[in-house]
Amino acid sequence: MTVRPQQLVEHALETSTSDACVVIVEDSTSANLRWANNTLTTNGVMRSTDVTVVAFAGGGNASVSGTAATTAQVAALVEAADRAAALAGEAEDRAELVAGAAAADFDDAPAETSIAVFDEVAGQLGEEFRRAEAEQRILYGFVFHEMTTTYVGSSTGLRLRHVQPTGHYGCTGKDAALTASAWVGGATRDFSDVSATRMAEDLATRLGWASRRLDLPAGRYDTVLPPTAVADLMIDAYWSAGARTAVDGQSVFSRPGGGARFGEQVVSPGVRLASDPTYAGLECAPFALAGASSDRTSVYDNGLALAPTAWLDDGRLTALQQTRRTAAETGQPATPPIDNLVLEVDGSTGSDLDLAAGMDDGLLLTCLWYIREVDPQTMLLTGLTRDGVYKVEGGEIVGAVNNFRWNESPVDLLRRFSHAGTTVPAFSREWGEDMFSRTAMPALRVPDFNMSSVSQAL
Amino acid sequence: MADVDPSFLALPLQRLAQVALGRARDFGVTHADFRLERNRLQHLSVRDGQLEGAQDSEDLGFAVRVLLDGAWGFASGVGLTDDEAVRVAETAVTVARVAAKMTTVPVQLAPEPVHRDVTWVSAYDVNPLDVPLADKVALLGGWTRELVAGGADHAAGMLQQVQENKFYADLAGSSITQQRVWLEPVLEAYASDPATGAFDSMASTCPPFGAGWEALTDGSWDFDTERAELPGLLRAKLAAPSVEPGRYDLVIDANNLMLTIHESVGHATELDRALGYEASYAGTSFATPDHLGTLQYGSPAMHVTGDRTARRGLATVGFDDEGVEGQSWDIVRDGVLVGYQLDRSMAHTYGAALNGGRSNGCAYADSPGHVPIQRMANVSLQPDPDGPDTAGLIGRVERGIHVVGHKSWSIDMQRYNFQFTGQRFYAIEDGELKGQLRDVAYQATTTDFWGSLEAVGGPQTYVLGGVLNCGKAQPGQSAPVSHGTPSALFRDVNVLNTSEEGTA
Repeated sequence: MTVRPQQLVEHALETSTSDACVVIVEDSTSANLRWANNTLTTNGVMRSTDVTVVAFAGGGNASVSGTAATTAQVAALVEAADRAAALAGEAEDRAELVAGAAAADFDDAPAETSIAVFDEVAGQLGEEFRRAEAEQRILYGFVFHEMTTTYVGSSTGLRLRHVQPTGHYGCTGKDAALTASAWVGGATRDFSDVSATRMAEDLATRLGWASRRLDLPAGRYDTVLPPTAVADLMIDAYWSAGARTAVDGQSVFSRPGGGARFGEQVVSPGVRLASDPTYAGLECAPFALAGASSDRTSVYDNGLALAPTAWLDDGRLTALQQTRRTAAETGQPATPPIDNLVLEVDGSTGSDLDLAAGMDDGLLLTCLWYIREVDPQTMLLTGLTRDGVYKVEGGEIVGAVNNFRWNESPVDLLRRFSHAGTTVPAFSREWGEDMFSRTAMPALRVPDFNMSSVSQAL
Repeated sequence: MADVDPSFLALPLQRLAQVALGRARDFGVTHADFRLERNRLQHLSVRDGQLEGAQDSEDLGFAVRVLLDGAWGFASGVGLTDDEAVRVAETAVTVARVAAKMTTVPVQLAPEPVHRDVTWVSAYDVNPLDVPLADKVALLGGWTRELVAGGADHAAGMLQQVQENKFYADLAGSSITQQRVWLEPVLEAYASDPATGAFDSMASTCPPFGAGWEALTDGSWDFDTERAELPGLLRAKLAAPSVEPGRYDLVIDANNLMLTIHESVGHATELDRALGYEASYAGTSFATPDHLGTLQYGSPAMHVTGDRTARRGLATVGFDDEGVEGQSWDIVRDGVLVGYQLDRSMAHTYGAALNGGRSNGCAYADSPGHVPIQRMANVSLQPDPDGPDTAGLIGRVERGIHVVGHKSWSIDMQRYNFQFTGQRFYAIEDGELKGQLRDVAYQATTTDFWGSLEAVGGPQTYVLGGVLNCGKAQPGQSAPVSHGTPSALFRDVNVLNTSEEGTA
């Protein structure tokens, strides 16, 4: 007989012998298809139930996670957590556990997905592989859908449930000679809005833009970053926005001489970077979840209600990610991480193509890749352009140029951009698949984007 | 040599395999494999002497992979019952049928001898997961306190420990049980200069180990000396002059060069990438098979091997996740591309010229929920048996930089253009070190860089480094991999000043 996730929660809470206990059960099903060289390569349907038991004893705690399908497996996790908590030292983030009651939907069953979510896309893909073969193009890509239902229970009475659909698609197209490459991709909650036919058509259009090839040297270029590339960069900025790191003097949000730069104008006026669990289309968990404490999260904050939070507002630093513990030190509200991110610029309109149409001589990017931090003090990042850098002359796309390595800081870009577009759902090529898919971004035009060197990669 | 964990052996390994493979056989599959895994992890983080977080986790489940009419089908589950084994096998068959609509090139596998009822355990003495938590917290806590006492503003310590158990069986009759252990200690000091507002960090250059707890205490790494030196080195770095950008000769320590090897050679010689199977995610490779035997990858001093058998290697296994026995082979010999990393499907199609048509054992899945893909072997640059020590290499340089430790790395999707930083950079003038430099990154194209390799150091400079989190595939998978390398001398490499790169 299948054990319900709620039974796993209750069994853990009943069997724990620690002073207090928080249990997080994540019931997940996922399905994926992957293709390359115009044929399917791998696929899968996966099911998992992961249980995290956080036991609290005195001033310490311990967290134990594991796959669990039976109450016996959960009991083993609880026993391990209880044993470890009894031996743990004082936790620096200790606080009262969040109290509460059972949510109305707590007893509902978990949501599921299956390979059937791709029925329409799979049929279209088979047709597009044949079309690509006939028209001398090669398709490579991946679709993924997951339904995760999270149940949280605590010895203080909290019973919460959240259903998180996560889906994304991405497809790269190349010409048969492998001399031009294009990419399209995005996030979706249920694949009802995804068409493989449209993906293939968009790729054909972009490969058409690349029928003329130009070579450009390294240098600073007037550059339009589409929303997906802006998402690539802003996620890095978001991950660097930990309050304690800033207070310790170790991030771009640190004030020289000590403390965080709360209230300071750090980017251009009119810029707002925010998270909101209820943002339409990007809905995410409305309460804090932490299997272990870190510089930005605390196991004591599990279940804490998340409110819409502006990290930057009118260009000023208004919040950093922090626990109740660090909030007490900084004198700011507790603002735990939220699983979506939205960048808006006052008065901005138009798409990336609209911004490109306003350029005399510049570049339009597709997406960024292999982004890594070079210097945390300025948040200097390095990375590459990928799958389509297009030359714009007189507002028209006139061909594709070589790829570049770039060195830039997202915070600096938010000071230097000249034009911004309308905020739209955007999927980070670099971080969207595995870590952070719920983002909405505008296109940005930067008059002097630093293309540090040329990449020969096609 | 340790034994396989009895609690893993107590799981219904053979029974579930027989049920799942038997059910798959009912559908006429040409191949089916069953893999039951249990991965136990513990992550500890300590800050300024205090425990920040301790998390134990265990990933247990099984997977069934089938080949039906030339199409793959894969499914996984977590309930260790016969019913679930049947359900997962049937789901894999259903997925294969869906996949068949989109499979235009039938999959075939290179043959592999049957390995019946074999067991393999990696080289370790003490499973770190058996060491009491208090001992670990005491060790890491003491280390971070020492760094702060020595002059750092803050210090962080982390310890990642993994025990991986795999049971593999297939319709051909192979039945393999394995256990591996690895761990990675990370120690980092932070400091700022109140006068300038500048801040920086410096981490230990200790590598992760394909070994047990003994690696932290048996002299495998000189933690004491490194810990004593880090705060002073970090303060000196804060006060160091910013580098003048330009071209320099570089003497690169093993603990930096190992990551350059990983990115520019290891990933570039994965045959799946070279053939386009990672094109939409991790990327392809400039080192395509048509260049086999002719591509001048680097100077004649460059000899790189692939190896699944190295003692304490993070990618060392007895058998891979397709039941292929571990092997070692040449990838670059005398500077020329001569080999690739293969799994069974690639070996069937392309392996005749590479490994006699046999896979060289590079299939790996990082969890029971993921399909095996071609992953990196231990890819290592071989030392010169008569080569000099690092000081000997430095002594050959008139104007250059000595690079120590790795910090930031990035390479393009065909493995041409890369940029790396490090933990410390020392100016070299007339064959001698002249103090640290700041804001250094080196940037090059792979074949130019390896072509500029003038000399590699001797065995006394060789270190088996590596990473635990090599990312690849969709859905994303993470794999541990080692890279051995000596110190090496490269001529005329482009060096950037990172403080001049960002702001226009």
